Amino acid sequence: MTTLAGWQLVLAFLIFPGVVFTSFVGLTLTWVDRFVSARVQWRKGPPFYQPFADMLKLLLKQTVVPAGASKVTFLGAPMIGFAAMCVTAVLLFYVNFFPHGSFVGDLIVLVYLFALPPLSTILGASASRNPLSAVGASREMTLYLGYELPFLLALVVPIIHTHGAIRLGDLVLAQRTAGPFLYSWSGLIAAVIVLVCIQAKLGYPPFDIAEAEQEIMSGVLIEYSGAPLALFRLTKAMMFFLMPCFLVTVFWGGLTSFWAIPELLAVVVLVILIKNTNPRFKIDHALRFFWFILGALGIIAVILAFGGL
Amino acid sequence: MKDPRIWGLKKSPWVYHLAAASCNNCDIEVLELLTPRYDVERFGIVLVGSPRHADALLVTGVINRKSLPRVLEVYEQTPKPCLVIGVGTCTCNNHIFLNSYNAVGPYDKYLPVNAYVPGCPPKPEAMILGVVKALSKL
Repeated sequence: MTTLAGWQLVLAFLIFPGVVFTSFVGLTLTWVDRFVSARVQWRKGPPFYQPFADMLKLLLKQTVVPAGASKVTFLGAPMIGFAAMCVTAVLLFYVNFFPHGSFVGDLIVLVYLFALPPLSTILGASASRNPLSAVGASREMTLYLGYELPFLLALVVPIIHTHGAIRLGDLVLAQRTAGPFLYSWSGLIAAVIVLVCIQAKLGYPPFDIAEAEQEIMSGVLIEYSGAPLALFRLTKAMMFFLMPCFLVTVFWGGLTSFWAIPELLAVVVLVILIKNTNPRFKIDHALRFFWFILGALGIIAVILAFGGL
Repeated sequence: MKDPRIWGLKKSPWVYHLAAASCNNCDIEVLELLTPRYDVERFGIVLVGSPRHADALLVTGVINRKSLPRVLEVYEQTPKPCLVIGVGTCTCNNHIFLNSYNAVGPYDKYLPVNAYVPGCPPKPEAMILGVVKALSKL
């Protein structure tokens, strides 16, 4: 059992898996996203430092709080999601490096932490007193209700494989001895479901319904400017790194395996390619897709997992 | 590069396209500017959906009594520092609406315009030149 002492914990939150490292890798992956999208469209794409320049510019720009908005909620909401992602980073990396040190139920804690960024956008959008962002918030909420069901069903599959382990450390250890869950039928289906849910959690096309730029003018983020907008974008960049990390941890052998970095890049590029080749769903179509198609697939995966496949 | 604010603005100018009663010709050319053919994302230029995210307002169309208050409101909604770039001859003078009772332009009577791009409509290359000139003056 390894525990982090006081100053180690502070360093873990601020430097290594926490704020600095995750934001740096996340922003770099945002550049990868923009670069690959550009290559898909036969363009040259932005230079490497582009996400960092965006971030610097937004942080130094004027922040406008709309008249009549609830100031504390409006400015506090982005921090909730950001803080949740920092904690997620520490937890996820700790579990991978010290699988014996994780606590019972940290898989459930992670599911809750991943639910906080969408909640923070809903909170901020509702506080901004803009009808379009209210539409965006309601869509985000519907989408959240949609993808959470197949996401949880998919996470049940590795739990069944390990006979009821809800400790991430146990999942990592089981994969080290018996091979990744991805290489079984139920694990494969579950991983695909989680991949689609990542797409929706990040708000990328075909699930960018809450931020639809052409119809509701970036929806939930419409009133945000300057530093709070930078925080939202940073949270999204960190999620763009942490969600594939989570997928690799739970289904593909953990982050300490030899193939971890190629696997991570493969998941990221897959997400980018899905993003670039699919038009936006309508919100009712998205809900139907998540509940009745992915939900049914999830149930099939769970049944297969009970059958030992 | 003394002021990081100016550096950030030069390296990632996000553009909001403000169509103030134009005939849509300039707007179509603006859309062409943002297609893969010209690839302005090389310079960090991205089209954004809300004036709150914008660093540069790309205004098109002759300014008139109806659109003036709207344009001013959008300008006030944009966080500063921000650029204003007038696209098309209509923004420079009143163009074919010169002696109209309704045309109250040009824009710099009301807004601090950083660059004008003449043309009816201007070519995308001309717009890139206009943005470059506006940015290099900062």
